[in-house]
Amino acid sequence: MRPRSQGTRKVINFLSLLASGCAALIGIAFLIWILWDVIAQGISAINWQFFTQLPAPPGIKGGGLANAILGTIIITIIATVLGVPIGILAGTYLSEFGSGRLAATVRFLSDIFVSAPSIVIGVFVYAILVLPMHSFSGLAGGVSLAIIMIPVVTRTTEEMLRLVPNQMREAALALGAPYWHMVWNVAYRSARAGMLTGILLAIARVAGETAPLLFTALNSPYWPQGLTKPMANLTVTIFNYAMSPYSDWQAKAWGGALVITIGVLAANIFARVFIRSKKNKG
Amino acid sequence: MSRFLPEGLNAKIEVKNLNFFYGKVQALFDNNIDIAEKRVTAFIGPSGCGKSTHIRTYNRMYSLYKDHRAEGEILLDGKNILADDVDLIDLRSRVGMVFQKPTPFPMSIFDNVAYGLRLKGRFSKSELEDRVEQALKDAALWDEVKDSLHSLGTALSGGQQQRLCIARAIAVEPEVILMDEPCSALDPVATYKIEDLLTRLKERFTIVIVTHNMQQAARVSDFTAFFYLGRCVEFGPTDELFTKPKKKETEDYITGRFG
Repeated sequence: MRPRSQGTRKVINFLSLLASGCAALIGIAFLIWILWDVIAQGISAINWQFFTQLPAPPGIKGGGLANAILGTIIITIIATVLGVPIGILAGTYLSEFGSGRLAATVRFLSDIFVSAPSIVIGVFVYAILVLPMHSFSGLAGGVSLAIIMIPVVTRTTEEMLRLVPNQMREAALALGAPYWHMVWNVAYRSARAGMLTGILLAIARVAGETAPLLFTALNSPYWPQGLTKPMANLTVTIFNYAMSPYSDWQAKAWGGALVITIGVLAANIFARVFIRSKKNKG
Repeated sequence: MSRFLPEGLNAKIEVKNLNFFYGKVQALFDNNIDIAEKRVTAFIGPSGCGKSTHIRTYNRMYSLYKDHRAEGEILLDGKNILADDVDLIDLRSRVGMVFQKPTPFPMSIFDNVAYGLRLKGRFSKSELEDRVEQALKDAALWDEVKDSLHSLGTALSGGQQQRLCIARAIAVEPEVILMDEPCSALDPVATYKIEDLLTRLKERFTIVIVTHNMQQAARVSDFTAFFYLGRCVEFGPTDELFTKPKKKETEDYITGRFG
């Protein structure tokens, strides 16, 4: 055996460290660039009116995106109310009750659904809700976002429940607990932090969706007028305003982008800090 | 009248020709044992000999898993608990269990102990408090936790957690308590506390304990069963089994020639 020189190994080691370090830097550089741009361009559009007033007609200064902010909140709430319970129940089925073919199929389909292009879901809801109701609506927007949420919540719920040790389940059952009681009072409780994090991340994910809303909630220059009418929302407003020729609208689009970015980022950070603090407590 | 117990002792559980299967793999072969009422019975034997598998048939814990299957008869007060129509919730409220690793639920100490009680029925607040206090006293944990009943059970030390689990099991006043290596994750002091506890609890409960520790079996039990390769090789009063074992395998095991 001829010993390899130490020098070569150290050089290779250094080069691989350099390469992976550079790759990481490039990745994070884009993120920082985007954040920087959004903040730099958006901050000037942010003022009190931005959060309190309706949009002004093109060419007229002032106005705000209050209706769009409110609309995004309403649509996200609808999505959460519809999507989270279904997702949790489906995840519970997969982890606690499902075995055999049905569960495997559901698991497989939700994995596919997680990566389904959101525009497809928008078109689908357009066909099943918007067309029959003869109107774009906030409700349809909420439903399309709920459909995007369900597989995400399903899979995180399942994974978090699977982390609950079987012995914990057995301990509850050994006290004479019916299975559902054990799931509700022991398994959910053990998995609570992880499940909540999954839900928050799912909400953050759909809150920034644009494509499904184009086909469902559409947009509106007015305050929300009920769930069956088109509803203003931030992402479609950003889309429309950014494409418009008016510089004031373009500035508003930056402002909207800043608001949604900060919102989604805050939800993400909150979710992660939340799960960390729960983990430390045990 | 009992098959294996000395006269004057009542068999709380009679195991008759018990065979057990994990899928196609047979883990227990033709086990026959009597568990004496209000006594401590210890199961000893090398790892993988089937003693845990055996004890988990007494509360039908294995029924949770689809391909686990038991054949034969286990009579609890004369009624076969392996029958299909047995109400598992009722069975498990009569036959409690303490596991190898402490399994406190992620809730307060009080709620841990009250968990089984709340399942059993409605108690007034003061009644619930009394029963929880009594169970914690019986488990020799009360003095250590009486000022922190509402802090998390998972924050206790390992030995305290295991006594919490014992308190939780005895709070519902089962007739039988199964303990599957309850001290294997504990230090000697915590182990001593639990052994001490057992000798007092057997006045009220029938106790079956699986243990790897032969000295522990010798110290705490009245009867001992030696398991080897899925068979119950020898069963008898603890002092007899340890001083004059009848079978060669038993002698080899307790003298440390294998295991």
